[in-house]
Amino acid sequence: MTRRPVLLLSVMAFGYAFLYLPIALMVVLSFNESRLVSVWTGFSLRWYAELFENEALVRAAWLSLRIAVVSATAATVLGTIAGFALSRFGRFGGRWLFVGMIAAPLVMPEVITGISLLLLFVSMEQALGWPAGRGFTTIAIAHTTFCTAYVAVVVQARLAGFDRSLEEAAQDLGAPPAKVFLVITLPLIAPAIVAGWLLAFTLSLDDVVVASFVSGPGATTLPVHVFAGVRRGLSPQVNALATLVVATVTLGILAAALVSRNARRG
Amino acid sequence: MRAGAEPWRDPDAVPYVRIEGVTKRFGGFVAVDDLSLEIHRGELFALLGGSGSGKTTLLRLLAGFEAPDRGRILIDGQDMTGVPPHARPVNMMFQSYALFPHMTVAKNVAFGLVQDGVPRAVRDERVAEVLDLVQMREFAARRPDQLSGGQKQRVALARSLVKRPKLLLLDEPLGALDKRLRERTQFELMAIQDRLGITFVMVTHDQEEAMTMADRLAIMNRGRVAQIGTPAEVYEYPNDRFCAEFVGDVNLFEAQVTEAGADRTRLACEAAGCAIEVEQGAPAPVGAWCWVAVRPEKMAIAKVPPPDDGAPVNRAAGIVRDVRYTGDLYVYRVELDAGATVRVTAPNLTRRTDMPVAWDDRVWITWSPLGGAVLTR
Amino acid sequence: MSAPAPAPSAPRASSAGRRLALAIPYVWLLLFFLLPFLIVLKISLSEGTLGAPPYLPLLGRDADGAWRLTLSFAGWSHLLDDDLYRDALIGSLRIAAVSTVLCLLLGYPMAYGIARARGTRRTILLMLVVLPFWTSFLIRVYAWTGILRTNGVLNALLLWLGLIDRPLAILNTDVAVYIGIVYSYLPFMILPLYAALERLDDTLLEAAADLGCRPWQAFLRVTLPLSLPGVIAGSMLVFIPAVGEFVIPELLGGPDTLMIGKVLWTEFAANNDWPLAAALAAALLVVLVLPILLFQHVRRREEGA
Repeated sequence: MTRRPVLLLSVMAFGYAFLYLPIALMVVLSFNESRLVSVWTGFSLRWYAELFENEALVRAAWLSLRIAVVSATAATVLGTIAGFALSRFGRFGGRWLFVGMIAAPLVMPEVITGISLLLLFVSMEQALGWPAGRGFTTIAIAHTTFCTAYVAVVVQARLAGFDRSLEEAAQDLGAPPAKVFLVITLPLIAPAIVAGWLLAFTLSLDDVVVASFVSGPGATTLPVHVFAGVRRGLSPQVNALATLVVATVTLGILAAALVSRNARRG
Repeated sequence: MRAGAEPWRDPDAVPYVRIEGVTKRFGGFVAVDDLSLEIHRGELFALLGGSGSGKTTLLRLLAGFEAPDRGRILIDGQDMTGVPPHARPVNMMFQSYALFPHMTVAKNVAFGLVQDGVPRAVRDERVAEVLDLVQMREFAARRPDQLSGGQKQRVALARSLVKRPKLLLLDEPLGALDKRLRERTQFELMAIQDRLGITFVMVTHDQEEAMTMADRLAIMNRGRVAQIGTPAEVYEYPNDRFCAEFVGDVNLFEAQVTEAGADRTRLACEAAGCAIEVEQGAPAPVGAWCWVAVRPEKMAIAKVPPPDDGAPVNRAAGIVRDVRYTGDLYVYRVELDAGATVRVTAPNLTRRTDMPVAWDDRVWITWSPLGGAVLTR
Repeated sequence: MSAPAPAPSAPRASSAGRRLALAIPYVWLLLFFLLPFLIVLKISLSEGTLGAPPYLPLLGRDADGAWRLTLSFAGWSHLLDDDLYRDALIGSLRIAAVSTVLCLLLGYPMAYGIARARGTRRTILLMLVVLPFWTSFLIRVYAWTGILRTNGVLNALLLWLGLIDRPLAILNTDVAVYIGIVYSYLPFMILPLYAALERLDDTLLEAAADLGCRPWQAFLRVTLPLSLPGVIAGSMLVFIPAVGEFVIPELLGGPDTLMIGKVLWTEFAANNDWPLAAALAAALLVVLVLPILLFQHVRRREEGA
């Protein structure tokens, strides 16, 4: 290109600004002493202090973390098997239905997922007596279900990208199928499995709508708690919380980048 | 295989690999069609064919990656039906090499021995030995992505040899190498095979490669064996037009049998404008339509007419339409007066830069009765 | 490869171990993804009641012990009678459609720019698109309330620049909802577009130029058609969830913003009318069946490619 694509560059600049300005603003405002967003009255950490003194919020965050770990792990197991089945099992009975059940959750509006799972849990409780009430278990099941689809897609994409003759070569050299999976397939799709877990963890930690439907009294996740708060009005504590999240994610990604760079060098 | 040892000619020899009436379908596509084949111990056997001829499927059937729909495969007298790939005394060298990217060269090569539970000391020794064989010992600690194509090929070979399989399967073993490296590697591969005495079955679409390397080869067409034999047999005595055209270049004349002798056949050929004589027992009665195949190097080309000895036999006149100079050879395309176009090659015997025969020259083509072959299909 | 790509071999797929492994996610999804839809359908046909849960069983026993099937179409007839629900559905579809188009207009050039970038720069640009996704969706939407409110950052900036002399009312309007949806779903548009554009072979454009296409013609006749699967996948990834969006209209929309997700939540949580909420969910699903099938179709073709 001899001509600089000015229009393209300005659209891209606008797009990235659009994506990042709200986040940057929140980070700045989290240190603002004033409650008002349009006035800067001075640097302060008071919102961070209030954040950690807010017991309900800390409790909700702890619940969210536990649910996210459990459902991300379960979804990773289910999703890895599902992704493996989709790319390696060839044709099997009911494959079309399976493909549908993996793809649909990716786009399904959350209100539908939420209400349908709630009605399922209520019906199950009536019919079987389990799950008794709604809380940790029901939220974890709901999150596992929609996260499974995401993990399956990530794992399947990775499997599709690698040479199948690697698995055949291992078999040819004397490894039975289960061993092939353990020593060849699993190490090679490990990055996708880790990515899938992190994705599931984030999705679970981030979910407001489904959790609003399937949580019960006494089991409020962090997003549900925050949502109730922000519906009532402004709360600069949320800015502080957001800043902490952004900082954690940024650090995590930098660490991952460093680790992978070192791994490539070594 | 040592020169002179030709167990396939011995009716009492027990074949090492027997493929008995094997059929394999994929959906409606018949990849291998009721195919039977025998391969002997120590042979370097090539499966030669085009795309979709079934050669790769046959190799995968031998390895156990596919199960035959009908028929069975025996290796060293043992029925392989139902034996999974990991339990077969067979190893394969993959076309893509399939080196495990997360393991070093040494680990890749040791993989098969680890599966068999070979003790570490023995394992290390055998890995070193086989890496020496392919001259890759100094690369033992490298990972596959740090190797060149030729090096990967050697590692893949070492990995498939280290278990000393009864049968080594090679899927286009030299396909990913450039021409020069391919030629050198051909001879190395043959030398290794000769030294170890392992039976090799190799799939290739490259007829030159099959001719150079194989003790015997099978030409495959649409899931069946079109011809099987030594390279010379297949080249000089093709079974049919498909085999004649698949291996090497050939001129084909449609002709009618006029004299059917016990060891000599005479045919009338309109397109060549002469009678054709072939020193071969007539495969069909007088009046039957056949094909005569004459390889380009079996024809001679001259600017002066041959001495006239009555009715023309194996002799035609024409105009040179095209000359290709490849350094070692001249390749001529000659349009005969009677209509056919033939391809003739002549060795480049003396140093010169002008053309002994050039475009639009009037030439005479002749060939010996020993140069042609009569084909019925 | 000389053989036509061999189909995955039959004997391996039918082994017992594989079946067992497959059964785990299969049964899970049947139980927790498919079955709930049937229950939604069932409850949408139940009679509402005061109590917990606020509906009567379809199949129950009378006082005299006989089985009795009680079907109630109250939820569904309510849905058809009241204009509110129809308007909410149409409103949702309109808002989702407009947002999808806006997303595409902003996302396509961005995806194109990223795909044209090379090496580390490309990785960084792509990472920057994905990064916001790892931070809380809810909090990011909330951030816009601070920007868009009358005494918010945007109005302060515009007033300071002298572009307006009185604050604009943006928060609690449909415009705010558009902004919120485009902002939240933009990565979902960019990623499939990028995937499609990245695969595009540069030599195709060179060939087009060589054959006499001007750059914009090459774009229209080569780049755009080849990226169409990405356009469809991205659009569906934005449109379908946006139709049922609840958090964004709740936080950024106004009282006039009628979206089905919000109405559903109100019926469910505030009015405690579960049969009506279930009927709304079922109706929404029916409306979305076609787009979902389209999305599946594109995905399957991508998988095959």
